[in-house]
Formats: sequence, C-alpha cells, structure tokens
Amino acid sequence: MAKASITFEDINITVSAPAGTRIIEISEKVGSGITYGCREGDCGTCIMKVTDGWNNLTEPSVLEDKVLRENMAGKHNRLACQAQVLSGKISVKPV
Amino acid sequence: MSKVPQLIKDGQVQAVALSERVHWIGALDPTLRTFDIILKTANGTSYNAYAVRGSEGVAIIDTVKENFAGDFFARLETVARYDEIKVIVLNHLEPDHTGALPELMRRAPQAQLYISQKAQSMLKALLKQDEFEFTPVMTGDQVTLGDRSLEFFHTPYLHWPDTQCTYLPEERILFSGDVFGCHFCDLRLFNDEVGDFRFSFEYYYAHIMRPFKEHVNRALDLIEPLLPISQIAPAHGPLLRDQPQRYVHRYRELSRAVQQSETGEGPKTLLIFYISSYGNTRRMAEAIYEGAMTVNNVRVSLFDLEGGEIAPFVDLIEGADGLLFGTPTINGDAVKPVWDLLSSLAVVNLKTKLGGVFGSYGWSGEAVKMVEDRLRGLKLRVPIPGLRVKLIPTEEEIRNCREFGLELARELTGVRQSRVIDMADLA
Ligand SMILES: Cc1cc2nc3c(=O)[nH]c(=O)nc-3n(C[C@H](O)[C@H](O)[C@H](O)COP(=O)(O)O)c2cc1C
Ligand code: FES
Ligand SMILES: [Fe+2]
Ligand SMILES: [Fe+2]
Repeated sequence: MAKASITFEDINITVSAPAGTRIIEISEKVGSGITYGCREGDCGTCIMKVTDGWNNLTEPSVLEDKVLRENMAGKHNRLACQAQVLSGKISVKPV
Repeated sequence: MSKVPQLIKDGQVQAVALSERVHWIGALDPTLRTFDIILKTANGTSYNAYAVRGSEGVAIIDTVKENFAGDFFARLETVARYDEIKVIVLNHLEPDHTGALPELMRRAPQAQLYISQKAQSMLKALLKQDEFEFTPVMTGDQVTLGDRSLEFFHTPYLHWPDTQCTYLPEERILFSGDVFGCHFCDLRLFNDEVGDFRFSFEYYYAHIMRPFKEHVNRALDLIEPLLPISQIAPAHGPLLRDQPQRYVHRYRELSRAVQQSETGEGPKTLLIFYISSYGNTRRMAEAIYEGAMTVNNVRVSLFDLEGGEIAPFVDLIEGADGLLFGTPTINGDAVKPVWDLLSSLAVVNLKTKLGGVFGSYGWSGEAVKMVEDRLRGLKLRVPIPGLRVKLIPTEEEIRNCREFGLELARELTGVRQSRVIDMADLA
C-alpha cells in the first residue's frame, strides 16, 4: 500500500503512514501541538499550516472549505481532522 | 436629589440615555441566581441592549434573553419606531443577547443584520430557519447611520468564537458585548451610581474570560488605541462611563500573567501531581521527579493531591508548561481527586501544554490510559505513552521512571533530535 511521510515540524518527528490516514490519527499519538475540538470538521480548532506537500493530501471538501473561510484561514491552512495523507512528503505545524 | 435613572415611569418601562442619541433599552433580571450553570449571581444580572440614532436611521445593538423581550420592546418603543431601524448588530449570539432577535426581525423586517464572520453558522443553528439575510463583518468594517456610524472590531473567543465589539466613533462609545461585563443587577445602571460591583467584575472575568487570556490580549490591542473612550457599554452589569479606561487596564493586568509565561525566557515549569494508597504510585512519582530534575532549565515540583486544594493547583497549572499525573487504578478507574482536579480546569487554557501520566496497578491498570485520553481531550499534547507499574516498582522500573521524567523534561526544553517513526509502531 502507498505510504506518505509526514513531518510535524513543531516536534521534529516524521511518521510514515498508509495512504488514507487522517492527520488527527497521527498527530495526537506523537504529541504534536495541533489541537482538536469537534473532530469532525466543524469547529476549526484543528486548523494547521501545511508548509510542504499540499498536493500530497486529499483535497478539502466543500464543507472544509467553508469552515476554513469562516475562520479566515490562510491559503496554506487545512483542518487536521479532515485532511488525509496520500503519498510523498508532507510537512505541517500548528498555527 | 435622587440619581436613580427612571427605568419605570407611570408604570411604563423607560429607556435610559447614555447620550442624546444613545439609549439603554435592556432589561433587569434581579432574581436570577445561577447563570450558564457555571456562575453564581448573588443579585441577579442585566441584559444590556442599546439603540443608537443617526440622521439616517436607528441601530439596535444586541437584544435580551427571550423572557425579557417585553421590557426590551417596550423600552425600544420609547425611543424609536420599528420602521426607523436600519441596522441590528449582534455582538454575541448567546441566547441571553439574542432571545428577542427573531421577534425584532419580524417587527423590523427592513433592518440589516450585522454579525461577525465567525457567527454565520451559529446564527443558522440559533434561528432554525434557512432563509434570512445578514452581513458578516470584520475589523475595520463600518456601517453608517448618517451623522453616526458603527465600526466593528473582531474580538473572537471573548467568550465564544463569534464575539465582536462595536464602536460609535462620533461619541467614543464602545459596545463591548460580554467583554467588561459582569452579573450585577442595579437599577442605577451607571458605574458611578451603582453599588460595589468590584467582586462581580473580577468574578466574571475569572470564570468567563480567563480561559481566553491570549484572545483578551489580542482584543485589547484593538481596543486600547481607541482610548480615551467616553463610555463602555457592556452587555451585562453597570455601564462604565466613569473612568472607562480603568476597566481596560484591569483586563490587561488580569491577562498579563499568561503573556509573560508564554514569552518568558525563564526556566520551564513542570508540575508532578500524584496520589497513592500504599506508596507505589508515590515511589514512581519521586523517581520521575528525580529524573526530571537532572535536566537544566526545568523547574520541577512534586505535589501529593491528598495534601492540596484544587483552587491553588488550578492557578499553578495555568502558569505551568508541563503537567504529569500519577494515579493508581482503583475499581477500574483513576481516583476521584485526580478527576476532581481534571474537571476543574475549564477556567484555564491548557492548549499545547505538555502532559504525561503514570501509575501503579494490580491487575488491569485502566487508570493511566483513561487519564491520558482526558489530557488529550483537554488539548494537552501527550508525546510519551503513559508509564504503568504492576504493584511495587522494581529497581529497573524505578530506573524507567527516572528515564520517563528525564525524557518529559527534555521535551519541555525543546532540545529534541529529529526522529522518524512508522505509524505501525505508535501505541
Ligand atoms: C460559558 C459557556 C461556554 C461554552 N463553551 C462551549 C464550548 O467550548 N464548545 C461548545 O461547543 N459549546 C460551548 N458552549 C455552548 C453551549 O454548549 C450551547 O449553548 C448549548 O446549546 C447549551 O445547551 P443547554 O441549553 O442544554 O445548556 C458554551 C456555552 C457557555 C454558556
Ligand atoms: S477538530 Fe473541529 S474542525 Fe477539526
Ligand atoms: Fe456570553
Ligand atoms: Fe452574556
């Protein structure tokens, strides 16, 4: 199965994870400072910055886009509870 | 001469003037004793709403709790006709300020509704209707009423995501929503006339604003440049026309502690809390304490929960960088003093503090994982899996405890090497 390699810059840890894994499933286990509220793409608590590998994540859904907009997120921001890793290298950090 | 403003005249409720063009049209709720479950209200509260008259129309700023809508509309009617209302501003969507909104929208259908950017999805959930118009606003947006205007300031999380403040520059009046408010009911309304509300002001901050100190600081960055303000008109409690700047400064003072600990250069603080029946979890705690102390620039403290009270621990925790909890497993759960402390932390911001859990157990050892999950739920980061020891710790297990303390203390100082892990190896 395809694997992606995602780096949490705030703690300097890189995890290799199967395609389709949501970032929330990885970041909580390694103790990154990305924090979660609703865990279902509604509240915007988990907004993170994608510093590298934007295209190695699944595309944001219409709903995620709406939540990002309402929270005035920048163009490098995603919801960590929604974005799934696909392949290649990705780097993220808390906002 | 009595200074009591006439809230009621000839059996009719009256609006109260803040200035010729600005009126209080809120309601008093003197018998309320508990607010939002979490606050006591020894003499009730008020729901402050305001009407601002410009040469080209009237703005209504906030409404009241639903069962006080009668007073609100009666007061409103003494200063404006519904067809004059051009603008409705909601500084905050909590029902204590939006209870009369649906009826107000029915009576003034031409009025345009102004809410903060972050209030949009909440408004839908509140009004339970799909079709209505509103204008989301941001810091710097303005709306004109002719010779008066309103300017919006985005001040989120004070104390909901949607909160904003609205400023009337021509009169230097700030409509601040819950910010600078308090639950204090006094029909003399103005801060230079009412009874002693200092306690209520501090208490309100401590329970409502304290979890959001960093957001308070950001809001104050927007508000302080407006000084000198002539009056602060909050959504609860006394209207602050006498030395309004004092309350702005007080908010800054109360929010400063966090600013310092987050930007400070001093040592990182690590608190270790434990409780123990036969001394096993205590032995673990002491070894973790020893291990953590070997790391430079970390100030470690060890506390037995049995010998402490919650309130001072909450204060300590607010200023700490890392928190470790030690609990035995008793009847398949962590013990009550641990849960009691962990259920008292909603008044402080724990986001991204470091967390860790340890404990001795007899056969199943559920407690450590349960507390770990709780810490994550409270938005701490828990980078190192909890440490459990079956009954009495051996020499080797004591060494593991020291190592656990050392690693966590190192996490705090940020000196870590980059690591690569496979997802499958994560616990
Ligand atoms: C002081 C206060 C803090 C709140 N904090 C949150 C929160 O952090 N997250 C959330 O989803 N809702 C929060 N809410 C919103 C309440 O959950 C919401 O108003 C709910 O509908 C209240 O339900 P009830 O009518 O059963 O009390 C908060 C409400 C109050 C009054
Ligand atoms: S946790 Fe609420 S949007 Fe991701
Ligand atoms: Fe509120
Ligand atoms: Fe309120």
